[in-house]
Amino acid sequence: MTEKSEMSLVVKGRRIDGRKANELRKMTAEVGVIPQADGSAKFSMGETVAIAGVYGPKEVLPKHQTKDDRALIRVYYSMLPFSTTDRCRPGPSRRSKEISKVMIDALEAAIITEKYPATAIEIHVQILNANAGTRTAAINAASLALANAGIEMRDLVCAVASGKADDTILLDLFQPEDNFGQADLPIAVMPNRKEITLVQMDGDLSSKEFDEAMKLVMDSAMEIYEVQKAALTGKKEKKK
Amino acid sequence: MANKLYVKDKDIVVPGQVLAEGMSYIPSGKAVRNGEAITATVVGKISNKGHVVKVVPIFEKYAPKLGDKIIGKVVSMNNYGWTLDIGVPVKCELDLREGSQSFIETGKMAQFFAVGDLVFVEIIGNRNGTFKVSAKDRLYRRLPSGHLINVASGLIPRLIGKQGSMINTLKDESGCNIIIGQNGYVYVHCDDTKNIYKVQDAINLIESDTTSSGLTEKVKKMLGGKN
Repeated sequence: MTEKSEMSLVVKGRRIDGRKANELRKMTAEVGVIPQADGSAKFSMGETVAIAGVYGPKEVLPKHQTKDDRALIRVYYSMLPFSTTDRCRPGPSRRSKEISKVMIDALEAAIITEKYPATAIEIHVQILNANAGTRTAAINAASLALANAGIEMRDLVCAVASGKADDTILLDLFQPEDNFGQADLPIAVMPNRKEITLVQMDGDLSSKEFDEAMKLVMDSAMEIYEVQKAALTGKKEKKK
Repeated sequence: MANKLYVKDKDIVVPGQVLAEGMSYIPSGKAVRNGEAITATVVGKISNKGHVVKVVPIFEKYAPKLGDKIIGKVVSMNNYGWTLDIGVPVKCELDLREGSQSFIETGKMAQFFAVGDLVFVEIIGNRNGTFKVSAKDRLYRRLPSGHLINVASGLIPRLIGKQGSMINTLKDESGCNIIIGQNGYVYVHCDDTKNIYKVQDAINLIESDTTSSGLTEKVKKMLGGKN
């Protein structure tokens, strides 16, 4: 993160891929992609593609983990071996465990867990292709899959990273900016409620820069929400 | 205080969407109040009558209710009755005395319902989260070996149709015996296995084409065409 790139990442207000500082990558979303899951979704942000499946509410096994007053949320995040340029070793890793944990925190705030006491809701997320921002794409896909499973939620969760590269605050970093930038700040929000469910920071930002980065994310959250909304309602309209 | 309604009848809404603002509107169904606003909690259709804003869910899992006629699969058996799998994560028990109208002798339980059998039952009660079912009435019985199709429970009304138009079409055209459980388990029995696949295809068509009109005719054509 701290190593400086030889080429400049921002030239005349434009980034390497031609985007402006406050511009998101192209997003696509689709629900109902896994037939045997109770709810599923695919979400792509530029070249990053995440696929999520929701199973449940179902019985909690092992039984002693049951929470009598609310649902237990389980998230299994993993990157497929072919998702990165170097082969990614399959199976749980330190990184995937960490992301699964933060995803539970990010999604549990949105799910009305009290409605499903003594049950487990399992969310499996696979990264098909990684190009920075996998955890945010995973959260977007998971929140769509939860809505597709008919699980009651306070709001959809929209996640996007902002960061700093070439001393400029940028929205939705992609691979070179993530590797050679100065900071990466993934944020998940509930856009209608303007509540934040996840903030992580890698690198250094001054408090002023942090506020600026946060504002970029808050302003663009509604854009992601609209993409998610179109995916959820569009399928039904097609059926008519 | 501004009272404002943001949605129309039959609109499709998503979780978190603000449906109305102001205390004079009342949330119903899967809508909740958040401060002064009314928001949806699921993907659903709006049903708006006067000041009541109701959200009817589109993607819904089956929730067992008293009096539901369902199909269960026997998963285990003990001295006091049978345990059934009804497709949802709740315990479902068929007590020995609810098993049959006739007397069940010791050691003869498996003659009534063996493990793996499908049973058509009615939910008669709920004790501490365990659903009690009965097969005592004449209507309810063990289903002889057949094919089990799992459909979304929200699809059941469409599968039956107005006054049973769809289910009658399916039965008549395919020549199969079909029993629909409200939990989404559909039992199909036929002497000719080919016809079971026809029913499966027809159900797939209904699944993918839920809201189109004249679906019964389509199904009729589809089943009739292959005969």
